[in-house]
Amino acid sequence: MTQERPIRVLIAKPGLDGHDRGAKVVARALRDAGMEVIYTGIRQTPQMIAEAALQEDVQVVGLSILSGAHLELFPRVVEELRSRGVDDVLLFAGGIIPQDDIPAVNKIGFKGVFGPGTDTNDIIAFVREHAPVRA
Amino acid sequence: MSKSTQEWLETTWGKATARFPQRRPKFESSSGADVDPLYGPEALAEWNYHEKLGFPGEFPFTRGVQPTMYRGRLWTMRQYAGFADAEESNRRYKFLLEQGQTGLSVAFDLPTQIGYDSDSPEAEGEVGKVGVAISSLEDMETLTNGIPMEKITTSMTINATGPILLALYVAAAKKQGADLSKIGGTIQNDILKEYIARGTYIYPPRPSLRLITDTFAWCKDNLPEWNTISISGYHMREAGCTAAQELAFTFADAIEYVDAALKVGMQFDEFGGRLAFFWACHSNFLEEVAKFRASRRIWAKIAKERYQSKDPRAQMVRFHTQTGGATLTAQQPLNNLVRTTLQAMSAVLGGTQSLHTNSYDEALALPTEESVELALRTQQIIAFESGVADTIDPLAGSYYIEALTDRVEAEAWAYLSRIEDIGGALIGIEQGFQQREIQESAYRLQKMTETKDRIVVGVNDFVTDSMVEPDLMRVDPTLGKRRAQQLAALRKRRDNANVERILGRIREAARGDENTMPLFIEAVEAYTTVGEICTVLREEWGEYQEVMTI
Repeated sequence: MTQERPIRVLIAKPGLDGHDRGAKVVARALRDAGMEVIYTGIRQTPQMIAEAALQEDVQVVGLSILSGAHLELFPRVVEELRSRGVDDVLLFAGGIIPQDDIPAVNKIGFKGVFGPGTDTNDIIAFVREHAPVRA
Repeated sequence: MSKSTQEWLETTWGKATARFPQRRPKFESSSGADVDPLYGPEALAEWNYHEKLGFPGEFPFTRGVQPTMYRGRLWTMRQYAGFADAEESNRRYKFLLEQGQTGLSVAFDLPTQIGYDSDSPEAEGEVGKVGVAISSLEDMETLTNGIPMEKITTSMTINATGPILLALYVAAAKKQGADLSKIGGTIQNDILKEYIARGTYIYPPRPSLRLITDTFAWCKDNLPEWNTISISGYHMREAGCTAAQELAFTFADAIEYVDAALKVGMQFDEFGGRLAFFWACHSNFLEEVAKFRASRRIWAKIAKERYQSKDPRAQMVRFHTQTGGATLTAQQPLNNLVRTTLQAMSAVLGGTQSLHTNSYDEALALPTEESVELALRTQQIIAFESGVADTIDPLAGSYYIEALTDRVEAEAWAYLSRIEDIGGALIGIEQGFQQREIQESAYRLQKMTETKDRIVVGVNDFVTDSMVEPDLMRVDPTLGKRRAQQLAALRKRRDNANVERILGRIREAARGDENTMPLFIEAVEAYTTVGEICTVLREEWGEYQEVMTI
């Protein structure tokens, strides 16, 4: 079905790592695909990310991390989102996330995990398919 | 027989391509410039050997900075390593030295790089992940334990907290009884590219530049063999820029540092010889060789013409190279061994002074001991078996290599003059110029990969279904807690009144212009932590805010 208004996406970088190439490429690709994309910049705490998701009223939150701190930081982002009542957003992740960790990341609510070498068209298709519809 | 390349293109080549078209309509360099099918003497018609190349060890150093190059001494084999705590990293360094590595290169974890102790709330989840956690002199002593600091040179990838980590290294060397005039190594200390691409900044630019010129001045008198900065193109290249942009953005940063040092009264030739550079080596084999050669010519000209340098040493680009992390693929990871070998080979043909070869599993995690050993063996095979290090600058005189060296140089000068027009590297950063240029190049490369205008083996062609992940290195998840306990014990044990007194003096220095280096050394010798010093400086100087460019 077609959406009435563009899908709103927050692309965020939790933790301390400064590797933002992937996050910026994905942000740009989603924007070029017609979505409204808010990019937070690097070094965002879980609270900052959840607050931005709430304020910007996004349907989708994509987290990019390459420092290896995903198992510590992702659950905290989910917690912070819940505590603000933001529970109907599509979550996805990108960066360096070893295969063995993917089930754990899926389990806390991340529907997609996109590693190095991903075609941005796959991410666009994924977001279009799974983003919750807003009136 | 005076047929020109042009005539050949119109006749023989033209006929052949009419029957058998080229496999691609267009061949191009990393910056999108056309690559011709053939290069001949016409490419070098105006070319003058002495002006363009000269001899090794002589201006403009195109053929190499040392007169003997690898005939005298091979490049330093320096694998960037560090993870978990000082004890584990020390073990890895000793392993690498036993395997024939010739210098150390320390990777610090993100909290250490951004000025947070391991027990700080900001450090949660990040302790020991991408490098070793170092908060106090106790850690640095463990890190260097049993390593003869007078003999082994150490490169430390550390920027915002670079001067403090240098202070720790000096304090540990003093404890070993080492003679500071013999201590050699490098701190990266290049904050501008942190704002542009790497992201481990703390303070705004002005006080950050002051910390850097403090290290220039202090090292000149106290640590004469130390490279006070490693001005780095690597991370900008990794973030997506082209070979020519890598050179231009780096030299624009270098000009900013030099100007800052001149402004505080130093003379170029006093510190110019201690400036080091750091390049990436990506997969376009010949373009990368050309880039390294062009880099030497550009800086030699800047040193001589812009800064009236009289000392040849201050005109040389002495550089470290790391193979391209961003070229590694998570798919078919063993292919990365081949990529790294080719990249390492171009760095050697380009005349690097030291080299890090990536391990094949680094698109997945930090490397294991086995994969690091293979990476080091790659360098040893190039050094001892391939023969490429047996004569100096062996590709010189190739029509294509020289034409390409000239072109990369010209492209870099064009970017340098654009940055000059903006008002220099720092103003460029504040306006987001370099960041946007890098983003554009990264996006273009991504799109080319998706349309298969660029083939990445195993990723967008020659793909296999089964993805077998090798055994990966894991950092102990309880490390953060253990580190917090160690730090609590240290804070109880030391003379805290003394720590407070020195922190007060650092605060005074931050407000004035006293050189901070002696104070940092005094502070760390009293077991003041990196985080404690940075907290004071943050309070005085504030924090940098990222320029949003997307």
